[in-house]
Amino acid sequence: MIVAPENYVALSAVLFTIGVVGVIARRNPLIMLMSIELLFNAANLALVTYARAWVNNVGHIFAFLVITVAAAEAAIGLAIVAVTFRNLPHVDADDAAVLKG
Amino acid sequence: MITFWILAILLIASAVFVVTAKKPVYSVVGLLANFLALAATYLELQAEFLAVIQIVVYSGAILILFVFVIALLSSGVKPFEVGPDRAPRIAVPAVLFGALVLAGIAATVVGANTAALRGAAGVTGDANAFGSVADFGAALFTTNLLPFEVTALLLMVAVVGVVLIAGDEGPAGIVRRRKRRSLERESIVKRERAVR
Repeated sequence: MIVAPENYVALSAVLFTIGVVGVIARRNPLIMLMSIELLFNAANLALVTYARAWVNNVGHIFAFLVITVAAAEAAIGLAIVAVTFRNLPHVDADDAAVLKG
Repeated sequence: MITFWILAILLIASAVFVVTAKKPVYSVVGLLANFLALAATYLELQAEFLAVIQIVVYSGAILILFVFVIALLSSGVKPFEVGPDRAPRIAVPAVLFGALVLAGIAATVVGANTAALRGAAGVTGDANAFGSVADFGAALFTTNLLPFEVTALLLMVAVVGVVLIAGDEGPAGIVRRRKRRSLERESIVKRERAVR
């Protein structure tokens, strides 16, 4: 029996919300980045769901591109985190305030 | 149906664990469970290739990168030090904002044309071949060849960017080296003064 797309879309929305809460509530930049990965994954789940609903694999292609962008984002984000917090006492996003006026 | 609910509970529980875990390493473990459950969900949704890619790229590459950065940041004498936990103070507004986001998504989905959302109106692909790796590959290398090639460019730019940001050879690295050298010189001068 095939599960209706609505269920998957609701699941995707819930995962996206958890990711948004993670980005806002946590001040550890690594956990913030991981929450951003959760956001990417939630969006991908919606894309794949609609791909099956329409029996059209453009959704799969799009999800594939999102995964690539997520990989690039994770690499650059982690490089920035590593460089920024190597010389700071805590790993805390609020401590990276050099540009604050 | 039962698979969906098991996977849904797994996905949500692991996502909540990622967000609430005390230490980033625990978050990585939760994220691993989340990625594996999502790969299973992709299989359930007939996206075979994406399920494999999910495991190879996310669980294989990105999570290892996270673990390496955690190791790098905690490579000093002390263990990995996390700043003072401000989560409790901001948790309530964050959850409220999250509820707002969820309500926004729900309103958009409910307000949209449900027939179009369910895909009942326009079935475009071949239902028998749909979701197989062959189907995906054919679409990727013919109709969508240009986006695929742009992906290669994007990854190359990302690699160059990472080397410029984190490597010792780029402009940022040169500045860091200069700073390190002047610090060393200062400490040498200080030591000499102390000896005198």
